[in-house]
Amino acid sequence: MSVLEIRELVTEFRTDDGVVRAVDGVSLSIARGEVLGLVGESGSGKSVTSLSILRLLPEPAARIAGGSILLRSKSGGELDLARATKAELARVRGDRVAMVFQDPMTSLNPYLRIGTQLAEVLELHRGMARPEAWERSRAMLEAVGIPDPGRRLNDHPHQLSGGMRQRVMIAMALLCEPELLLADEPTTALDVTIQAQILELVDAQRQRTGAAVLLVTHDLGVVARVADRVAVMYAGRIVEEGPTEAIFAEPFHPYTVGLARSVPRLDTPRGRRLEPIRGMPPRNLGPRRGCSFRARCDFALEVCAELDPERRAVGAEGSRHLVRCHSDDVAKMRATLPGVARRLEVLP
Amino acid sequence: MNEPTTKPAPAVGASQWSDAWRRLRKNRAALVSAAVLVALAVVSVVQPMLSALPYDRADLALGPTPPSAAHWLGTDLYGRDLLSRLCFGGRVSLAVGLVSTGLSFVIGTSWGGIAGYFGGRVDQLMMRVVDVLYTFPLIIFVILVLAFFAHQDTVFYEAFVAVYGLVNERARDPGYLPLYRLFFVFFALGSVSWLTMARIVRGQVISLREQPFIEAARSIGVGHLGIVFGHLVPNALGPIIVYTALTIPEVMLVEAFLSFLGLGTEEPLSSWGLLVAGGAETLDIYPWLIAFPGLVLSLTLVSFNFLGDGLRDALDPRVRRDS
Amino acid sequence: MIRFVLRRLLSLVPTLLLAVTLVFFLVRLAPGGPFDQERSVPPEVLAALEAKYRLSDPVWVQYKDWLADLLLRGSLGPTFKYPNRTVNEIIALSLPVSIQLGLWAMLFALALGVPLGVVGAMRQNRWPDALATAIALVGLSVPRFVLAPLLIMLFGLTLYWLPVARFDSWRHMVLPVFCAALPMAAHVARLTRAGMLEVVRSDFVRTARAKGLSERSVVLRHALRGGLLPVVSYLGPGFSGLLVGSLVIEKIFDIPGMGRYFVEAFQNRDYNLIAGLSIVYGVLLMGSNALVDIAYAWLDPRVELGR
Repeated sequence: MSVLEIRELVTEFRTDDGVVRAVDGVSLSIARGEVLGLVGESGSGKSVTSLSILRLLPEPAARIAGGSILLRSKSGGELDLARATKAELARVRGDRVAMVFQDPMTSLNPYLRIGTQLAEVLELHRGMARPEAWERSRAMLEAVGIPDPGRRLNDHPHQLSGGMRQRVMIAMALLCEPELLLADEPTTALDVTIQAQILELVDAQRQRTGAAVLLVTHDLGVVARVADRVAVMYAGRIVEEGPTEAIFAEPFHPYTVGLARSVPRLDTPRGRRLEPIRGMPPRNLGPRRGCSFRARCDFALEVCAELDPERRAVGAEGSRHLVRCHSDDVAKMRATLPGVARRLEVLP
Repeated sequence: MNEPTTKPAPAVGASQWSDAWRRLRKNRAALVSAAVLVALAVVSVVQPMLSALPYDRADLALGPTPPSAAHWLGTDLYGRDLLSRLCFGGRVSLAVGLVSTGLSFVIGTSWGGIAGYFGGRVDQLMMRVVDVLYTFPLIIFVILVLAFFAHQDTVFYEAFVAVYGLVNERARDPGYLPLYRLFFVFFALGSVSWLTMARIVRGQVISLREQPFIEAARSIGVGHLGIVFGHLVPNALGPIIVYTALTIPEVMLVEAFLSFLGLGTEEPLSSWGLLVAGGAETLDIYPWLIAFPGLVLSLTLVSFNFLGDGLRDALDPRVRRDS
Repeated sequence: MIRFVLRRLLSLVPTLLLAVTLVFFLVRLAPGGPFDQERSVPPEVLAALEAKYRLSDPVWVQYKDWLADLLLRGSLGPTFKYPNRTVNEIIALSLPVSIQLGLWAMLFALALGVPLGVVGAMRQNRWPDALATAIALVGLSVPRFVLAPLLIMLFGLTLYWLPVARFDSWRHMVLPVFCAALPMAAHVARLTRAGMLEVVRSDFVRTARAKGLSERSVVLRHALRGGLLPVVSYLGPGFSGLLVGSLVIEKIFDIPGMGRYFVEAFQNRDYNLIAGLSIVYGVLLMGSNALVDIAYAWLDPRVELGR
C-alpha cells in the first residue's frame, strides 16, 4: 500500500519569458518503508516535484496546474495535497510529512535557538507544553547522534558545523515520526564522510518507524547506496523508473545511460576523461513536441521528433521497470557504459 | 531553489543596456517622472530668456497679488513675479543638482575605485573614514562650514573672485556676494554627499577586479589608474548611474533646507527653499506664495525618487529578481 | 553582553572629546566674532565684553579654561547673546522639549512604517503593495518644511482642529510630531518591505512553513526579526535625520527646543552656545548609534561580541 501516490502532476512557473512547466505529468508512488530515489540534473524538476508535495513553492509565481498528490493514512483515508486547504496543509506539514532541505547552513533560522526551533514543532502538532517539548527535543538530538544535546538546545545555528546542522534538520523532521520523509538533496552540501552518516541516519529511521522516504538527489552514488527504487527525471518528466539494481545494471533510456556514464568511479582508468552528456537541458517553454531529450541523444530516431514517447514496461516481469523512449537498441546504448571497454567520440 | 529559473548566463555588453531600457520603458511612473523633470528644467532655463519680468525686479507699489494674467503665479511681498523667482530657483536647483552631484560623483568614484582596487590596508583605512563620516549628520557640518567660511576674508572667496573674474571683471562687487555664497553651498554639499557612491563603487570594483578582462588589461601594460578609471569604473556604470540619480534629489533637498533656515541661498537671489520660507510666514494671508514653491519642490523631489527607483529596478541586477 | 555594552559605551569617550575639540577650534578660528554685528558698540565696551568672556586670551588658553570648566564643573560657560543665562540653563530648558519631540516622532515613525512595510512585502506587487510603496516614496520626497506649512494651513487655519505653534499639550504635539516623523516612517516602510522580501524568500522561512506553522506565525516568529534588522541599522542615521529635521520643525512650529537655539547661535556666533549644543548633539548621536549597535547585537546572535 503506498503512502504517497502522485498522478500526472503538473507544476508551472510564471517567468518573464512565459510559463515554464517545471514538472510535466509526473506519476510516482512510494510504499511504506520504501526509499525512492529521484535523480536528474539541476533543472530537471526533481526539487520542484518534492516541494510541490508539501506545496512549498512560492505561490502565485508557481502553481500546481494539474494532477493529484494523494497522501494515504494507515486507516485508509486519502487527502489530495494538490487541492488541500491551508488548514489541512498546516496539519500535514511537519507532522505526517516532514522535509529535510539541501542547505543546512541556511535552512535553520539564524536568530532562534535550536531548542526553540525544534520544540515549536511539538508544541504545534502535539500540543506539548514548553518543558516537555524541550525534553523531547533533547532526546531527539541525542538520537541523531549530537553530542551534549542539552547544551546544543541553547545554541544558535551558527555555533554548529554543517553536518551538525543537517542532523538538527533531520531531528526536526523526525520529531513527529512522519509517515513520509522528503529529503531534498540532504547531503549535497556536506562532505563525504558526513554524507554517509546522514544517509545511515535516514535509513535507520526508515527501519525503525517504517517511514517512506523520497530522496531527491543528483548524486547517483547516494541513490545506489540507500534507494530501493529509482526514478530518473529529465525536463520535467520521469523518463525511467525501476528497482535500483535494474536502473544501474540494465538501463533502458539513453539519458539514464548517460547519467551512469558521467559518474566518477574508482575503477575509471587514470587519465580517462569523464564523459558528460553533451548539450544543455531544455527549459520547457511552450507545448511539447516529440521527445525532449532527442537533441542530446545519440540514438534518436525520426519518430522522436514527432511523437512524445509513452511510458512502457521493460525488464523483468513484475519489476515495475518503466521507460519513456522510442528506441529499443539497448545493447548499443549500454555498450557505452563504463566497464565496457569502448569509448565513444562524445563532445566534452 | 535553483531549479526552474535556471537561465543561461546573463548576456553582457550592449544587450544589457537594451534590456535595462526595455525594463525602464515598462515603468510608467519613472517615464512620467522623467518627462516632468525635463519639462521643469526646460521652463526654468527658458522662461527668464522670454519673460519681461526679472526675478529681482521689485514693485513695492504693487505688493503681493494673487495669480493673474500679468503674473501667472502672483507676486510676492515686494511685488516680484513669483513665476520668475520660481524659475530662478529652478536654475539654482538644477545647478546644485549638476555641480554638487558632479563633485560627489568625482570624489565618490575616485575614493571607492581606489579603495576597492588596491584593497588591503588602503581599503580598510579609506572605508573606515567613510564609516566614521556616515555616523555624522553632515548637514550640521555643512552649516558649520557655511556659517564660518562663506565670508569675504577667506581663501575660498579669493578663489571665487579669481575664477568668476574671468567672466566678470566686477567680481569683487559686494552685489555678487550672494552668488559666491551660492557656489560655496554647491561645493560644500558636493564634498559631503559622496559616501554612498564610494561604497557602491568600491563593492563593484572588488567584484570586478579579479575578472579576466582586468587581467588582460594589466597584461598589456595598462597602469593602475588606467585600470581603475578606464576599465573598472565604466563597467560598474549601472549602479553608478542609479546612485547618481538618487544623489541629485538629496543635494537639492539639502540646498532647499539650508535656504529655508536662512543659511543657504540669500536674497535677492531666489531658491525654492527660500521661497518656501518666505511663503510659510504669510501662509494664512498669501497662500499662493507657499503653495507654488512647495508644490514645485515636492514634485521635483518625488519625480527624481520615482525615476531613481525605476533606474534601480532596470539597472541593478541585485534587485531585479524582486519584480 | 554586558562587557560588550560597556566597551561600546567607553569607546565613545575619545571620539566625543575629538569632536568637541574640533568644534571649539573651528568656531574660534573662523573669521568674524560674536560682537561684530553690534556696530555701535564703542571699542572700550567691546574690550570689556571680550575680557568678560575671556575672548582676548590666546585660543589655547581659552580652550584649556573651557575644557577644565566642562570636565571639572560640568559648566559650558555663559552665552554671549542671552544675558544672564548660561549655556547649561538653555540646554536644561530646551533639551527635554527636543527629546520629547524626537522620541515621539521616532515611535510614531516605527508604528507607521513597520506595518506599512510588512503589508507591502506580504502583498508584493498587488495593489496594497503598490499603494504603500507610492505613499512611502512621496513621504520620503516631500520635505518636512513643505509638509509642515501645508498641514498648518489645512488643520490649523482651515479646519481649526489643532493649534499650530508652541508645545504645551498633546494637541500641540500632534502636527510637529507627525511632520518630523513622516519622512522617517517612509524610510522605515521601504526598509521593512525590502528586508521582509529578502527574508521571506530565505530557506529558513521555507523550513518554518514546512513545519506546518500558520502564515501568521511564520511572519511573526521567523521572518520579522531578520526582516527588521535593516530597520534597526537605520535607526542611527534615522535619528540623525530627525535631529536635523527638528531644526526646521522647531522653527516652523515655534517650539523652544535645541534646534531653535542652534540655528540662532550660528547666526549670532554665540561660541559657547554652539559648542555646548554641538556637544549635546554629539552625545545624543553617538549614544543612539551605540544603542543601535547594542540592539543589533542582541537581535542577531551571529554578531561577534568579542570584537
